[in-house]
Amino acid sequence: MAVSKVTVAAPAGSGVFTRPNWDAGWLSWLTTVDHKRLGLLYIFTSFLFMSAASIEAFLIRLQLAVPNNTVLNPDAYNQMFTMHGVTMVFLAIMPLGIGFANYFVPLQIGARDLAFPRLNAFGYWIYAVGGLFVYSSFFLGGAPDAGWFAYSPLTSLSNNPGNGTDFYMIGLFVGGIGTLVTAMNLIVTIISMRAPGMTMMRVPVFTWMMLVTAFMIIFAFPPLTIALFQVIMDRTFGTLFYVPQAGAMPILWQHLFWIFGHPEVYIIVLPAFGVISEVIPTFSRKPLFGYPVIILSGIFIGFMGFAVWSHHMFTTGLGPVVNTAFALTSFVIGIPTGIKIFNWVGTIWGGKVVFTTSMLYAISFLITFTIGGITGIMLAVPPFDAQAQDSYFVVAHFHYVMGGGALMAFFAGVYYWFPKMSGKMMDERIGKLGFWFLVPGLHLIFFPQHIAGLMGMPRRTQTYVAGIGLELPNLLSTAGTFVMMIGLILLAVNLVHGLLRGKPAGNDPWDGRTLEWATTSPPPHHDFDRQPVVNDRDAHWVQKYPESVHGHRVPESASEPYDANGIHMPGQSWYPFIMGIAFLPFSYGLLYHNFWVLGLSILIFFVGTFGWAFEGVGGHHLPAGGHAHPKGARS
Amino acid sequence: MQARRWRLGGLLLAATLLLAGCEFAGPQSALDPQGPVAQAQKDIFLWTFWLSWPVMIGVFGTLIFAIVRFRAKNASDAKAIPTQTHGNTTLEITMTVVATVIVVLVAVPTVRTIFATEQRVDVTALEPGDVLVKATGYQWWFKFEYPELGITTANELIIPAGRRVVVELDSADVLHSFWVPNLAGKRDMIPNNRNQVWFVADQPGTYYGQCAELCLGAHAYMRFRVIAEDDAGFDAWVAAFQGAADQVVQADPLVQRGQQLVAQKGCIGCHTIDGYYANVPVGNPDFPNLTNFGLRTTVGAAVLDNTPENLAAWLRDPQAVKPTNRMPTLWVVDDPNADEEIDAIVAYLLSLGVPDAASAALAQGGLHGGQ
Amino acid sequence: MESGHYRSTKLPDIKLMMWIFLASDTMFFGTLIGTYLVYKGRSLVGPYPVEVLDIPLTTVSTFVLLMSSFLMVLALHALRQDDTFRFRLWTFGVAFFGSIFLGFQVYEFAHFVDLGLTLQGNLFGTTFFVLTGTHGVHVTIGVIWLLSILVHSFVKPWTSKDEVYLEVAGLYWHFVDVVWIVIFTVVYLVEFA
Ligand code: HEA
Ligand code: HEA
Ligand code: HEC
Ligand code: CUA
Ligand SMILES: [Cu+2]
Repeated sequence: MAVSKVTVAAPAGSGVFTRPNWDAGWLSWLTTVDHKRLGLLYIFTSFLFMSAASIEAFLIRLQLAVPNNTVLNPDAYNQMFTMHGVTMVFLAIMPLGIGFANYFVPLQIGARDLAFPRLNAFGYWIYAVGGLFVYSSFFLGGAPDAGWFAYSPLTSLSNNPGNGTDFYMIGLFVGGIGTLVTAMNLIVTIISMRAPGMTMMRVPVFTWMMLVTAFMIIFAFPPLTIALFQVIMDRTFGTLFYVPQAGAMPILWQHLFWIFGHPEVYIIVLPAFGVISEVIPTFSRKPLFGYPVIILSGIFIGFMGFAVWSHHMFTTGLGPVVNTAFALTSFVIGIPTGIKIFNWVGTIWGGKVVFTTSMLYAISFLITFTIGGITGIMLAVPPFDAQAQDSYFVVAHFHYVMGGGALMAFFAGVYYWFPKMSGKMMDERIGKLGFWFLVPGLHLIFFPQHIAGLMGMPRRTQTYVAGIGLELPNLLSTAGTFVMMIGLILLAVNLVHGLLRGKPAGNDPWDGRTLEWATTSPPPHHDFDRQPVVNDRDAHWVQKYPESVHGHRVPESASEPYDANGIHMPGQSWYPFIMGIAFLPFSYGLLYHNFWVLGLSILIFFVGTFGWAFEGVGGHHLPAGGHAHPKGARS
Repeated sequence: MQARRWRLGGLLLAATLLLAGCEFAGPQSALDPQGPVAQAQKDIFLWTFWLSWPVMIGVFGTLIFAIVRFRAKNASDAKAIPTQTHGNTTLEITMTVVATVIVVLVAVPTVRTIFATEQRVDVTALEPGDVLVKATGYQWWFKFEYPELGITTANELIIPAGRRVVVELDSADVLHSFWVPNLAGKRDMIPNNRNQVWFVADQPGTYYGQCAELCLGAHAYMRFRVIAEDDAGFDAWVAAFQGAADQVVQADPLVQRGQQLVAQKGCIGCHTIDGYYANVPVGNPDFPNLTNFGLRTTVGAAVLDNTPENLAAWLRDPQAVKPTNRMPTLWVVDDPNADEEIDAIVAYLLSLGVPDAASAALAQGGLHGGQ
Repeated sequence: MESGHYRSTKLPDIKLMMWIFLASDTMFFGTLIGTYLVYKGRSLVGPYPVEVLDIPLTTVSTFVLLMSSFLMVLALHALRQDDTFRFRLWTFGVAFFGSIFLGFQVYEFAHFVDLGLTLQGNLFGTTFFVLTGTHGVHVTIGVIWLLSILVHSFVKPWTSKDEVYLEVAGLYWHFVDVVWIVIFTVVYLVEFA
């Protein structure tokens, strides 16, 4: 749909803010509360951060190409891998999952938006602000350098006097709030906004996995947030939480961090599992094999995720009994994960496999993730972990599961959903070419790292001992980054090409199974013209091919008109943006101990909260049937 | 699809070849165990490694078979609708059982190995022959003390082969980790968190160690050596330390001058040298102890070999050798006396613990030469 | 939010939201209480808990907070009956009792500082002030929230249709109250048990 002129009037002078309702123009992106636009913003922003993190990764690999290299000095190197890890985990891959969720959860459950559209916008703005804040550290005296898990007491003021650590602590603290509110919002949405007939056992798997993820977020982020808060207090107000000289125990930070950190890795990978569970059935033209089992194992993983954290601490001397306990829970988590893998293979079995680029990424996910999972099980063996911990074996493990696993799954998602989001197709030829650089490149980077680790290479070192067999694996690994870079460039080219030149996609280019394929591409502002009604899992497929589903009676209707009030469209608002931006003075005020600026931001929050509350939901109603939506109200 | 199969096969083949061969030997390799602890750790790794093969062959084999067998053959085939099966309970249960069996197969030896290698040794009730060491991590070097022998040294842990070594771990500042892959897996050094690791070296030899926990700055250069000697060599080394206070400065004038310079240049403000002056303690316990430095094989926490040239380079500009370390440069760049002074100090340091030529001819015992 | 979408559950969105928020908040307090327990008895210098904690005083303030929860129930009941006067009265009562509790806390903090217990002095001070302070902030937010409701009810009278908004505030208030019981037990009572 074409983007048309700004339709609506400038804000009037009275009151605080007049309700904006721009349809187009850049301002409309600041005030939007539309889940699709926010989803796009999330995805776009996470791409930006991911590019930054890739450049950092590239520099890391350049430095490590040969021993005693001098591309980066130790301090710069520490900043690079810290920012690489922080960015990938917090600013790139997790928001990418949330971005997809923003866009597709409401579509998949036949809803019009998230339950709290303004809160959703707020969440995005905090994330963007938090990320910008962390990245500004490069220009303000140096980035964080204590690693992505910032072990105490490396972060105490005496051991790390620069500002870098403050950027880490405050940035993640702020960003975490955004993630928390978004997760809460998703939970409410999925629980209470499903279309008529969509019981929990008919909810598409991506949405299900997002539900589990969101629950993990609301329980996992608080320990991190408090731990960050404690360090901020230590550094700003001189408290003693992590001051060993006062009797404090640095090990506490490790517990708090990993009680968050292990669930976090599943927070990263569960949405990826969700994407895979959409892509594989679609391109095998078969329903997901063992749907209830996949859901249950997802829930089980969600629970177990909170019971394994100490496997990151096997070498901290917790003792044989504790190590045994956490080893066993970690092994057990392999069972539901394995069952998922088996079921995905089972989905392909007996299907009609269509080798789109998306499907290729999904298949490579299955292979790479399994390898990464198996090395995970090896690491969960404490006596072996004693050798592998903090070595490149671990680095290899988590890049297999996060880079080769989660990220490849999201690439599958990009190829899969791009037509829905843009209305255009990406090019399959460039896509496949890119794939054949990207995935082999990935293995070339990370496979040799297993060996480097076993041969005694510790991680987070900007150089390594020459002459003990580490040169070859490192050189191969660096060579791999070049191969992978080509793949990435092709991916980027394909994205741009698709946006500019892509062929029109139509509503349902892949012969999809879930509700998002029932509406137009891109979907209208109000998502669905008529209220979808769900009779079965794979709601859209059943609609198209009722006879294919064995024993299924032909559904009476797939949709019904909205009730007499029509579709309620929430109003746009300035408050989410303003409240989000107010975290900038908050963060800098805290960082520079400028309590005036800090106070100002708190004042904004205070006033903003009231403005927000009394502004109300607002919005307008589209007439039932919904066809007459405002012109140009795109995505 | 040929390409995919080839790639995967190649990958796995490469892995086997690499792991099966003994290519992975090395002084810092976990796959080259030189003692029972590291051996047990390698064994359990290999067990999980071999166990992963049936899993991978099963999963990948099925997957590859499925994508080949069930691929859409042409455009119209890609529109065909296969039977819409939803699952199979028997299969699910079988898969769960299989996965559980694998888990049990991993878990049982794991628990055994944990209790065989990770039990804490009660240091108040050591067995005869055990050697007790206290290791403290500093940014960016290791202090080693032998409380029972009254020895303090740095960066090189001399142990008797074949006897159990119990290392109590502590840190003076941030986290460090004690890791000698040939001998035992790592254990972290954490303030307020007394930790311990123990191991045995089967054979005399030199094993590389490295700090494995990010400690900023020169973390990458925070290395050390474990040198296992036979019993005679170890006893000789102990004797050299215990007698250090009575050692005389060698007659060589260069060495004599070096000894004076060590005081003039302020080295003894930081570094302890037992017997520097009879009964006058020098130095600060929070800096590397240089007693018997002539017996050391490395300089700067195992970054360089201990040769006169390397030692001179270290003294000339420690920051160039090991960026960010905490030893200051003591000569300005254009100090005209630098070379001469450094030579003297080098001579002195290398003479420590080493008997001069005359007495060396007499004492033939021990690896490093006795007193 | 409240209107215009098909609902798959009976619970209003904001109520569901509040439950979820409270679940999350439990973890926040859990972490703070956990930290307190881990550091219990590890302070290297005084003042130690037994030297400063004053059980009778805190029992009184705890009782006040408990009573406020009771008033909260009454306020909600009154609103359901459309009894505007009692609704306002009890709502004010809750906020008032909450403020008294805060007053006690301010007094207690000031008194502790006089006794030499500070945020930076020892681990007990650090963990105690941050834990109870965080709780105090929760109470403060609750008081402001309730007062806002009170003021708003004069601007635009509240009826039983607005019940859910008060109920949500009530959920929050009860939660903060329960957390205090836990803190009171863990920090104060256990010390003398
Ligand atoms: C997406 C992220 C992700 C995922 C999914 C996982 C999955 C797993 N991880 Fe990993 N892990 C990380 C990300 C992830 N990890 C990161 C980032 C770190 C490092 C952090 C840092 O230090 O910086 C890490 C580190 C890490 C460690 C600590 C290493 C150390 O520092 O010493 C351990 C130890 O137990 C571990 C174990 C596991 C296990 C058991 C799983 C399991 O969930 C895997 C389960 C999957 C399978 C087992 C494969 C499929 C199963 C079958 C085919 C069935 C048959 C097999 C069996 C029954 C065994 N991981
Ligand atoms: C999701 C997580 C993720 C991903 C994808 C990557 C990707 C890469 N990482 Fe990773 N890495 C981490 C998470 C990740 N990393 C973490 C947590 C650490 C630990 C940090 C610490 O120790 O504190 C780490 C540490 C780490 C190290 C160890 C440093 C050390 O210990 O000294 C190295 C070294 O080689 C490395 C290399 C690489 C390389 C070459 C890539 C390449 O694969 C990079 C290629 C780039 C991409 C794959 C992303 C491309 C995407 C875009 C450009 C945007 C376009 C996007 C779309 C179209 C969707 N990383
Ligand atoms: C301010 C304190 C200080 C002074 C003065 C000082 N050093 Fe050092 N020295 C150190 C520190 C700290 C290290 C450990 C550096 C590292 O490896 O990280 C060190 C390491 C060394 C080492 C290597 C020790 C080893 O175990 O490998 C030698 C040799 C040495 N110093 C000699 C000297 C000499 C000779 C002088 C005087 C000319 C001197 N030092 C002056 C602090 C000092
Ligand atoms: Cu010490 Cu790293
Ligand atoms: Cu983990």
